[in-house]
Amino acid sequence: MTEKRDIEIDFGQVHTERMRLNVGPQHPSTHGVLRLEVELEGEIVTDVVPHIGYLHRCFEKYCENSTYVQVVPYIDRLDYIASMSNEIPYALGIEKLMGIQVSERIQAIRTVLAELNRIASHQIAVATFGMDAGAFTPFLYLFRDRELILDVFERLSGGRLLYNYIRPGGLMRDIYPTFVSDVLAIVKQVRETNKEVQNLLIDNKIFIERTINIGILPADVAINFGCSGPTLRGSGVDYDLRRAEPYLLYDKFDFEVCVGKGLMGTLGDSYDRNIVRMWEMEESCKIIEQAVKLIPDASEDVRASIPKKIAPKGEIYTKAENPKGELGFYIVADGKNKPYRLKGRSPSFSNLSVLPYISKGYMIADLIIILGSIDIVLGEIDR
Amino acid sequence: MGLLDKLDKPFEYAGPDIVLGTIEDLLNWGRAKSDWYMSFGLACCAIEFMAVNAAHFDLMRFGAIPRPSPRQSDFIIISGTVTLKMAERVKRLYEQMAEPKYVMSMGSCANSGGPYWEHGYHVLKGVDRVIPVDVYVPGCPPRPEAFLEGMVRLQEKISKQEIFRKRQKFSKEDLQAIEDRKKAMDEHFAKYLELQNKLKG
Amino acid sequence: MTIENIFERLKKEFGDAILSETVEQNFEPFIRISPQNVVDIMLFLRDEEDLKFDYLACLSGMDYKETLGVVYHLYSIQHKHRVTIKIEVPKEDPKVPSISKVWRTADWHEREAYDMFGLIFVGHENLIRILTPYDWEGHPLRKDYKQPEEYHGLKVPY
Repeated sequence: MTEKRDIEIDFGQVHTERMRLNVGPQHPSTHGVLRLEVELEGEIVTDVVPHIGYLHRCFEKYCENSTYVQVVPYIDRLDYIASMSNEIPYALGIEKLMGIQVSERIQAIRTVLAELNRIASHQIAVATFGMDAGAFTPFLYLFRDRELILDVFERLSGGRLLYNYIRPGGLMRDIYPTFVSDVLAIVKQVRETNKEVQNLLIDNKIFIERTINIGILPADVAINFGCSGPTLRGSGVDYDLRRAEPYLLYDKFDFEVCVGKGLMGTLGDSYDRNIVRMWEMEESCKIIEQAVKLIPDASEDVRASIPKKIAPKGEIYTKAENPKGELGFYIVADGKNKPYRLKGRSPSFSNLSVLPYISKGYMIADLIIILGSIDIVLGEIDR
Repeated sequence: MGLLDKLDKPFEYAGPDIVLGTIEDLLNWGRAKSDWYMSFGLACCAIEFMAVNAAHFDLMRFGAIPRPSPRQSDFIIISGTVTLKMAERVKRLYEQMAEPKYVMSMGSCANSGGPYWEHGYHVLKGVDRVIPVDVYVPGCPPRPEAFLEGMVRLQEKISKQEIFRKRQKFSKEDLQAIEDRKKAMDEHFAKYLELQNKLKG
Repeated sequence: MTIENIFERLKKEFGDAILSETVEQNFEPFIRISPQNVVDIMLFLRDEEDLKFDYLACLSGMDYKETLGVVYHLYSIQHKHRVTIKIEVPKEDPKVPSISKVWRTADWHEREAYDMFGLIFVGHENLIRILTPYDWEGHPLRKDYKQPEEYHGLKVPY
């Protein structure tokens, strides 16, 4: 059982030195191109300095040189695991600036897609977290279920990973006839697989021993560092944008906000952050079942409210609850057809800045577990 | 062309169990069907690549196993955008691999800069500006089936490579003389067959 | 609390440092303050009982054509209200006091604003580049930025 160790060790007459090593940028378990400069005392970590910027793709410069509709594919590529959730705050912000009202059917479809994306993203998070701890089988089970969700998205929009589907003012095209029955079949399969993964991974004694009391994040530190999403809720703070400032029909549904309780170890450790994701998958299934009742059978023209010319004037900070946390866009518009400035506030940027604070005193293998439990995506950190 | 295609036509003068081929065929068959790659996922294409590795589209049935270290791998898959900060590290990793090594460039960003070609001040427009590439797989991100086709093309390329005659360099006159000799032998054999048929009646 | 109440509280406490408040249609309401007393104003906003802004949602650098600016978005988890604060500094001397001791998330956000715009945050412990390489020249998101021709021997344009 691992525990936090004292960094200042007295070695007596023996002369020792601390060692600096690089983890990454190419490493099988750093979830992308991230370089961690680690200072070690034997096997115990005394300091971690993250270096980012290996995937800086000039997103904000592109937004200043493209029209409002041409920006949407670049927004997809921010958090490439859950692309539909990225497009939602942008579409809602432009609609508010231009004063466009969208029909309830379109909002219900957008809610269903956002929750499906939440399930898909948490599946990858739990699968790679299990792989970091050494378990390979849940990876195969969860990726098989993710293929069902990607099949639905491919029939809707034509792409498996990057969709360009939710536009300001509506959607790209209408849903196909058997959409609702496909989605309900997915919900049934996700619940069954979650029971299997619970048995295999979450209730496994070795997994529990590896993840409890590792990387404890107190609640006030998490708020001060600007964390959001399961990283913040795993420390016991009850803040979810779907409840605090509801958007997109979330005030009509009955669901719970999942907050870590410190069941197995201390409140705010890696086990709590992971179990919050497992519980959120179940809550998403509940929301989907309620939301599909609001999609009437009759089809409509989903492109009816899309404006012919988008040239708003104003400023707005729009936000939404992504699977990883709070994604915000600060849009500054000056009346032309291209944005003047579009700043993306990504959740993983603030979540990763907590890492040097919570990983001092643990071993290298625990550092990988902490990094996996924070669940970062380098595409949105470096933008 | 390969060794296993000749199993249907055994060498008929000696019996049904003998197949004639070259040692090069045998070695290329072993090299092409069990190449191990280094896992190097950079951006969105890496997620598609993880999906290819999982159970639905299985990559291990092609004989490819992920290795974490460049010194133990046969080829490297560059999946995702290569930025200027990362380009020097890619070159260093490529130089650490042992010969014979191959490179597969997956996705539009690694082929030529992708959607970031115009205003991207920090994006390297194509990974072939730092390392030589063997197979390009287009798409943004490429479908898993496209990726598997790229794998098959790489296997075909490996199985056509020459191992033994690489060091011998023939001059132009020598090559012309070999061609003339081959033609002369074919004509001679054709005349012999004609004579045989005439004698049989 | 509405934006007018917050503006009056700040005006009572700090007087001249609070410059103006703007409530217009299509603009979210913002308060403009002067750059010198940033740290005191932010500490006041974070610690007062009925304001309690404990979450810094976003810190963005801005390039208005003749001046540079910083925009702060604050949120309170207890009272559930938001406020936007803006600062402007001249381009020749872009110095702004750093608030990385008030909210620790401002550490990396200020490094990004320095990298992209050239804003210098006085009092920050480790103000180096974060997204571009450490020996990059120029500040990319300024409106008059030109792409470099090459970097370490690699050709940059298409």
